[in-house]
This record gives sequence, C-alpha cells and structure tokens, in this order.
Amino acid sequence: AVSAVREDSKAETWRRCGGCRNGSDSLSKETVLNFYQKMTLLNTMDRILYESQRQGRISFYMTNYGEEGTHVGSAAALDPTDLVFGQYREAGVLMYRGFPLDLFMAQCYANADDLGKGRQMPVHYGCKDLNFVTISSPLATQIPQAAGAAYAVKRENANRAVICYFGEGAASEGDAHAGFNFSATLECPLIFFCRNNGYAISTPTNEQYRGDGIAARGPGYGMLSIRVDGNDVFAVYNATKEARRRAVAENQPFLIEAMTYRIGHHSTSDDSSAYRSVDEVNYWDKQDHPISRLRHYMTARDWWGEDEERAWRKQSRKLVMEAFERAERRLKPHPDLMFTDVYDQMTPGLEKQKEAMWRHVQQYKEHYPLDLYEK
Amino acid sequence: MARSSGVVCVCMMAAVRLLLRTVSSASSCAHSGSGTALLRFSPTCSSRPRAQRRHAAHFAFHPDPVPTKYGPTVKMNLFQSITSALDNTLASDPTAVIFGEDVAFGGVFRCTVGLRDKYGKDRVFNTPLCEQGIVGFGIGVAVAGATAIAEIQFADYIFPAFDQIVNEAAKYRYRSGNLYDCGNLTIRAPWGCVGHGSLYHSQSPEAYFAHCPGLKVVVPRGPVQAKGLLLSCIADENPCIFFEPKILYRAAVEQVPTEPYHLPLSQAEVVQEGSDVTLVAWGTQVHVMREVATMAQEKLGVSCEVIDLQTILPWDIETVCKSVVKTGRLLISHEAPVTGGFAAEISSSIQEQCFLNLEAPIARVCGYDTPFPHIFEPFYIPDKWKCFEAVKRMINY
Repeated sequence: AVSAVREDSKAETWRRCGGCRNGSDSLSKETVLNFYQKMTLLNTMDRILYESQRQGRISFYMTNYGEEGTHVGSAAALDPTDLVFGQYREAGVLMYRGFPLDLFMAQCYANADDLGKGRQMPVHYGCKDLNFVTISSPLATQIPQAAGAAYAVKRENANRAVICYFGEGAASEGDAHAGFNFSATLECPLIFFCRNNGYAISTPTNEQYRGDGIAARGPGYGMLSIRVDGNDVFAVYNATKEARRRAVAENQPFLIEAMTYRIGHHSTSDDSSAYRSVDEVNYWDKQDHPISRLRHYMTARDWWGEDEERAWRKQSRKLVMEAFERAERRLKPHPDLMFTDVYDQMTPGLEKQKEAMWRHVQQYKEHYPLDLYEK
Repeated sequence: MARSSGVVCVCMMAAVRLLLRTVSSASSCAHSGSGTALLRFSPTCSSRPRAQRRHAAHFAFHPDPVPTKYGPTVKMNLFQSITSALDNTLASDPTAVIFGEDVAFGGVFRCTVGLRDKYGKDRVFNTPLCEQGIVGFGIGVAVAGATAIAEIQFADYIFPAFDQIVNEAAKYRYRSGNLYDCGNLTIRAPWGCVGHGSLYHSQSPEAYFAHCPGLKVVVPRGPVQAKGLLLSCIADENPCIFFEPKILYRAAVEQVPTEPYHLPLSQAEVVQEGSDVTLVAWGTQVHVMREVATMAQEKLGVSCEVIDLQTILPWDIETVCKSVVKTGRLLISHEAPVTGGFAAEISSSIQEQCFLNLEAPIARVCGYDTPFPHIFEPFYIPDKWKCFEAVKRMINY
C-alpha cells in the first residue's frame, strides 16, 4: 500500500524489489520482460547517440543512465491517454509508450522525419499521438502548465490524469512553487514526479535544498506525497499506479519523489569528473542500477538467462543501429519550415521574409548547404 | 600578477584535461564502454558522412592589437579574460561575491575556474536553481553595500528574473529618491548563437532590456574588451547586464593585460575607419562586419567604417552620428529578430538626427521574426553574404 508522508517524521523510502524480493504480483511475466527490454533499449540508444555526438554526427545529447526505472515504472502505471509533461530526461516514458527509434533519431538528427520539424536541439521530443507534450529547455516551466492541463482534463470528465516530471534542481524554480500551489488549491488530477538524481549539473542536493528533499514540501501545499526508491521499477510502478487512481478519483495532486542517481554526465557539454568521483558513479552503476536489479529479479524467477540476454543485446543493438543509419541518410527538413508555426497562420511579414531569404539564397547558393535539405 | 597568470595556466590545463576526459569518459558509463565499438561495427556508416559534418563558424575572429598601456599581457581566450576580471575584482574588493548555478566548480563555460579555491566558498558559491532568486538575492547583496556578481547560466534563461531586473533593480534609485540603489549589481550571461543552440541556447535578449531605463547593457566583441568592459560594469554605480558571446568563449584569443583596466561604458568604438558605409554591430557580429568590410573593399571598391557599439544602453549615438554624417549610409546588424530589435532604435534615432546626410535608407540585417531554429541556423543568421548584399544595395541606391 502507498502511505502519505507522516507530518512528524521524514519520508521513508519505499522499496519493493531487490531488498524484499516481492516484486509486483499484479504484473505478468510479459509485462516485466517488456519493462526490461524498454529500459535496456533506451540504454543502448543512449550509448549510440552519445557516441554519435562525440563524432560530430549530432550536435548534442543527454543520456538517461541510471534513471530508466523511473521512466518505465511510472509510464507503465499510466493510461495511454494520460498527458505527460516532461523536463528532458524522460525518454524512457516515450519509449515505453511506443515512440519508434526512427522518430527518436529523427529528432536528434533534426531530419525531415522529425515531428518537431527540426527546430529544437536533440532530446527535445514531443508526440501528440502518445500524449507527450514537446519538451522545452527552460526548467520547471512545465510544472504550472501541467496544473492547468490537469484542471482542463478534470472538467472533461474522461478518466484522464496528467503527470509532470522534473528533477530536484528544477524544483527550486519559482514555477515549481506556482505549480504545486495551483494544483492543490484548484484540485487538479495531477501526479508530480520528481526524479531526485543527486545533481543539477554540478550542484549536489545539499546545495540545492536544506529540507527533507522534495517529498517533504508536498504537505506544505496540502499535497499527499511519497518518497520511493527510484531504482526499484516496481516501487515506482506501484506508487504511480496508486497516485493515478486517487488523483482521478479524488481530483487532487500527488507528489512522488523517486530517489535515483544520474550515472551519466549532465549532457555532452558536461564532464562530471570535474565535480564528483569516479568511485561514487561506479557505486551506483555497479551496486544500485535499476536495470541490474530488474535482471536479478527476472533471473531469480527463471524468466531470463544468459542466452536471452545475449540474444536481446544483439537484437536491440541491431534495431538501434538500423534506425541510426536510416536517420543519418535522411535529408533535413525544407527551409520553408523555418517560417511556419510562428503563428497558426503565416503573417504577410513572414511571407516577405521567407521570399527575401530564398532570393538571397538563390543568388548566393554556393554558400548555403542546400543539398542537405529537402527541396 | 603571478597569481593572474597562475589562474590562466590552470584554466588552460583544465581546458586540455576537459577535452581529453570527454573523449575517454564517453565509454565509461553503464553497461560497458561499447559505444564506440557499436558504431564501428556498421560498414555502411562512413566515418564522417557529408550530411552530418559540422559547418565552420559563420565568422572569423579578428583579434584586437596587443594593448600597450595596461601593462604586461598574457594570451587568453574569452572565458579566461572573464576569469581574470573576476580574479582582479575578488582580489581588490573584499565585499565582492560571485554566485549563480554551477559557478563553484568553475561554471559550465569555465569562467569561474579556480576562484572558489582561491577566495573561499563564502565568496564564490552555487545558488539553488532559480533565476528569480539569483537576481533578487543579488539585488539584496548590492543594496546592503557589497559587490554582487550574479551569473545567469544562459541569457535564454534570464526571463524568470525579468521582474527583479526591470521592476526592482532598474528602478531602485529612482523610486527611492536616491536613498537606495543597485549600483553594486552586475549580471553576466552567455549570449548569442553558437552553431547548434536552437531556441534556448542562442538568444540575444538585449532589446528587452534596452527598453528599461535604469539598466546598463553591455556586449563585448573579444577578450580584451570583455575584461575592460566587465571591470567597468562592476565598478559602475548602476545595475549592469553583461552579455558574453558564447561562441567566442574558446574561439576568441587575444593578448590580454593581467592587471585590471577599465574600458568606458556608453562609448562605441570605431574598429575600422572608412568613408562610404557605416556598419554598426556588437558582440560576435562585429567580426562578421569586419569581414564584410574586407569583401566590400575587394569586390566593390567600397570603404566601410565598422563600429562596435559595445554598450547597448545607454548607447553612444554621437559616434554613430559622426560616422553617418561622413559616410551617408548605415547598416546595422544583429542576430536577434528584426522586429523590435535594437537596430530599430538606432535606425529611428539616426534618421532623426542625420536625415539630410543619408544617401540611402538605413538597412537592418537581422534574424527573422521567428524563434531561433536548430537545423535552419545557417539560413537564419545575418551572415556576411546577407550583409554584403545589403551594402551593395545601399551603394547602388
């Protein structure tokens, strides 16, 4: 069962697998194998795309190493129609919902298949069909937006919830305070999911806050809160499942703080050895990794073994590499798309600017990389 | 003096180590270092597909001549010249503190490397992740009489602090009848396009702040200017916003004086004299304009006068007027979108003051009226070809 944070004490971390080995009785073997495959597929995609940035093939990348359990556990507990507002380190949520590798790659390569039309930096995914609102770089801006979306969804009466992901660093922004307070006072069916991964770039949690993490703030807003072991995919699943059930039934927000660890650097622009020890990173990588812990759970039940692992590694690698090669070969979107979607309709001013751009580019065509873009 | 060079050497070594580490650490993450190996297994992937090659920068950095009147100089890039200015400040002003996100370990652009070790954790410190807090806190530091140097991690993220900057910092002196002021506050932020920054790592927001009396807004074109202008901002008795062109952090290298020196605010600089066309820009775009001036001379026989505005607010209209009276033609260029961009202010004021001197309409070559796009950046930016074409049109008007 999920219990609210007790006012008189610190939140307890709630652990479901690894330690107590009970797992989740309601989840079938197929579901659990799917968890594992999605988490490892994400990990494989991360490694390929990180490396591709190093080689100058894409301009930027952010990995999800160590946080795969928070993504898959929570995504699995939602309905497909629930609206997701993310920050930037939730690719596994999208992957769990079925976003194809080709479209992840298309966004990172900003090629002509990108749903976002090549306008944003890599990892700024979005998908209307999968109810995943497009990511933006500014932190915590999604938090009050999620409250508003949840309010509108409540009025639809359609058994939909909204989930809002953010890190413990983003929770320091003023927007977080606004979102928490609005969602509570306006009675919104909303799950706030905080990935407390220990760092906001180089800033460790003891420089980010002095209170008892993010979960302890919930009661200050009148919000039921829980802290879970974010590397225990079943704990994450169970907490999110219960939060979702009650958020929709009772029209109130819930705050889940998932304790995890950012094993990778902040992004390809960061080298975290400048501010933390390799030993610390290795501890989490080797001793408390959501993927390893799930694998141990599965192998203990004979649901998975060396043969399956070998075959899956080979297959997932192949899937990622094939999508990668396709994305590499694809042209970039047509430059006309630089001017659309500023408003719903093109303005006369923008039409003129577009025409001027093309006139100029035609005249100076040898200086513009036109053959990389769709004609 | 020895201290400053020490900081610079540490910075350079740190930069080299950073480069080496990022190459090797890519493979050290979870589940083996097989990232590189994975890519090599694919025969159809060329090592450098034409489609993915990063393009060369849109400008060539034109270094300033070696300054001779400020004492000995050391080779520094832009981020090192910023560190040097901050180092000088912390050394000479015991009240000075530097704060913002991730400044303690040296900052995401390495501008504060070594300063915390040297001056202490009470003087160089991380704040929680909250721009409105960073600026509000900075205002308080300043009002209490200490020197506040606040860092906003990217200019694109300055907007949560807009209320504190515009409604508070800018108006503090005026609204209190000069009882209180925010003169001790300087805000620094990386600014401008960087090749792949997209919507939220490329913005040039100077125009929003130019609309706010009480603020000073400054943009340097290189390391020598940056150190002298930053020191002037810190010394200035008004709240200053100092935008640092991030694309120049490593690319711009000059001989920079190790001792402190001050370059005047609200004084534009004629970086290259000419007689036929006045080109006005700031930051990275000054280097684009210098190239345009060379192209105009070689291809058109046209002599361009290039002016670096340096201070956006309050801006030096006299220097620009003096030049336009001489040339009769004015081109202003900035990356920010054209509508409501600062070129509009310059254009409007110059036509008021120099109307009869103008041989052609004032031209603006700026970003389009869209958010800053990722993959379309080569088409978006006001590059040398667009500026050159505008010069040609003005000459032939």
